[in-house]
Formats: sequence, structure tokens, C-alpha cells
Amino acid sequence: MSQNRYPVVPTTTVLGMMKGRQTGAVKGHALLKKKADALTVRFRQILKKIVQTKQEMGKKMREGAFTLMEAKYAAGDFRHTVFDNVEGASVKVHAHQDNVAGVKIPKFDRTENTGADSKLNLTGLGGGGQQIQQCRKAYMATVDLLIELASLQTAFLTLDAAIKTTNRRVNALDNVVIPKLNNTISYIKGELDELEREEFFRLKKVQGKKSADAKKEKGRQPFEQQQQQENGHKGVDILNPHEDADIVF
Amino acid sequence: MVDHPALKLGGDGSLLAVIGDEDTVTGFLLAGVGNVDMRKKANFLVVTDKTPAKQIEEAFTEYTSREDIAIVLINQSVANMIRSTIGKFNKAMPAVLEIPSKDHPYDPNQDSILQRVKGMFGGDLSAAT
Repeated sequence: MSQNRYPVVPTTTVLGMMKGRQTGAVKGHALLKKKADALTVRFRQILKKIVQTKQEMGKKMREGAFTLMEAKYAAGDFRHTVFDNVEGASVKVHAHQDNVAGVKIPKFDRTENTGADSKLNLTGLGGGGQQIQQCRKAYMATVDLLIELASLQTAFLTLDAAIKTTNRRVNALDNVVIPKLNNTISYIKGELDELEREEFFRLKKVQGKKSADAKKEKGRQPFEQQQQQENGHKGVDILNPHEDADIVF
Repeated sequence: MVDHPALKLGGDGSLLAVIGDEDTVTGFLLAGVGNVDMRKKANFLVVTDKTPAKQIEEAFTEYTSREDIAIVLINQSVANMIRSTIGKFNKAMPAVLEIPSKDHPYDPNQDSILQRVKGMFGGDLSAAT
């Protein structure tokens, strides 16, 4: 116990300080616990959604590949035309932040930049244009789904990290800081009690000594008075009061 | 928590990058995610049988470190070739998504993210849905 405490001087001031820190730690612990709970609730929702969306994505991608095959069949191999005509992206994502219990979670939104894809609209003009447009639509839907999935995934990773740190803090407060503060407080209290007992004992001792002295004084007084009276009668022998001690040089 | 330039960029938005086989990339380019900037740098890489793993790795590292890319899409078959690099990448931004390709149906057991999700559900993904 004496090991697991803060190195402090046991005084009332420090005791007050430690008590303040203890209330702070307890309050912080409760708050962090609440935060961890809120994050976990959100985390579980996201987990479910991620699994669902991933499965849906598999389906969508299959559909996309199928329409692409159709388009290739109808329009011939147009892939190089597509590769060569890439300039600016018409589909972009806009990231903004969502706030869950003080944790910032990035969220993606699709922003469309129409006009950039005008060239692609002409692909397959010689034939199979409709299939290509259908394929395009299928892939656009896939992109939408993927963007949603990306939001979920970043949220998943961010929340995972946040929950870990929060739990670590909760545990640190619970298992290290609060017991240490409690130990320190009990140590200071014990030490203060000890001091008080010592002080009390000292006071008692002093008082006892004083009263003993007073009693002695009282007992001696009559005797001295008597002596004085006697001395007064006889007078003091000035010439030869009593033998002086020899003076040794 | 998450600190990425894409979150601070206003207005214009960020790009999606694609690494995958020719069909997958074609599809996404049709949808309009492709972007070639002024220095002729593209945000997509077509992987064929002859593409060395090193080149894929380089592309992956480039896309994940580029500031204007928020999402990286990668075919699962391609991702398996550079699994260790993807495993090492543990940032939330940009988001790395593994997508199925035409020849390789989607296998949730190989997905780095779903692996972690699975761990939290006690190894059974069907319990989640």
C-alpha cells in the first residue's frame, strides 16, 4: 500500500488537493464509460451495415460485369476508347465529418460534375451505345454503393481506434489512478491521525509535568517560608556564611 | 482522430482511385471516376497477368499517400498479390475497399476489414445479418 501512492507530504492542504483529484477522476471515469458505451452502440450498428453492404456490393459488381460483357458484345472492344478519353473525373466524393460522442467520423458524399463526361457519351456511337449507357448506369450505382461502403469502413476503423483508446483510459482510471488516489488519501489521513495523537500525547505530557511541578512548588513553599522566618530570627552570618569552595587556579 | 487533407478540401471534392483488371477499370471509368491530371498522372491502374507485384505496390502506396484521393478501390485478386502492403496500411483515410472482379467472385474471408469484423462477431459472419 505504501508503494502504490503518490509521493506527497502528508498535510491537510495536500489532502484537500488529493480529494479534489479523486472526485475529478471518478467523474471522468463515469463520463468516459458513457462515451465508450455510446461509441460501442454506434459501432455495432456500423458492423451490421458493413456486412450487409459488402454482400450487396458483390451482387452489384456481378451485375456490372454482366452488363459490361453485354456492352462489349454489342459494341466490340471499346475499352481503349474509354481509357483514352479519360480527362477529369465526373464523379468525385465530398468528405465531411460526422460527430459521435466527440469522435469525428469522416463521411463521403458523391458530388457529380456534369459536363466532364460528355466525351464518354459518344462512346459506342457506331453501335451498342445503349448497352454502354446501361453498363455505365450499372457501374454508377455500384460507385454509389461503394462510396457508402467507404464511409462505413472509415467509420468502422475510426470508431475501432476510438473505442480502444477510450477503453484504455477507462481502465487506466479504474485500475491505476483511482486506487492510487485512494491510497494516497488514506495514507495522508493515517499520517495526520498519527500526528494528532502525538500532539495530544505531548500536550498531556506537558500538562502532567506542569501539574507535577506546581504540586512540588506548593509542597516546597511552606518549608521555605519557615526557613525564611527562621533566618529572619537568627540573622545571616555574613562573616562566615558557610565554607567557600577552594578556588583553584 | 482522422486527419486527412481530403476532409479539409472544400468544394471540389476528392477522387476515387481504382486498381484492378481491365474490365473492372473500364466499368468504373465509364461511370466517370477516372481522372488524368496535367502531368498525365492517372488515378487508375490496369493490372494484367504481366503486371509485376512491385508496380501494383507502388501504385497502391502512391494512391494512398496522394492528398486528393479519398477512396481506393482494388480488386480482391489484385489485393491478394500485395496482401502484406494492404495489411500494413491501417489508416482510416483514404478508405481502401476490396471489390470482386469478374473472374474472382467475392470471398468475404479474404477481406482485411471483414476479417476484423468477423473477429468481433466470434468468427461467424452470418450472425451479423
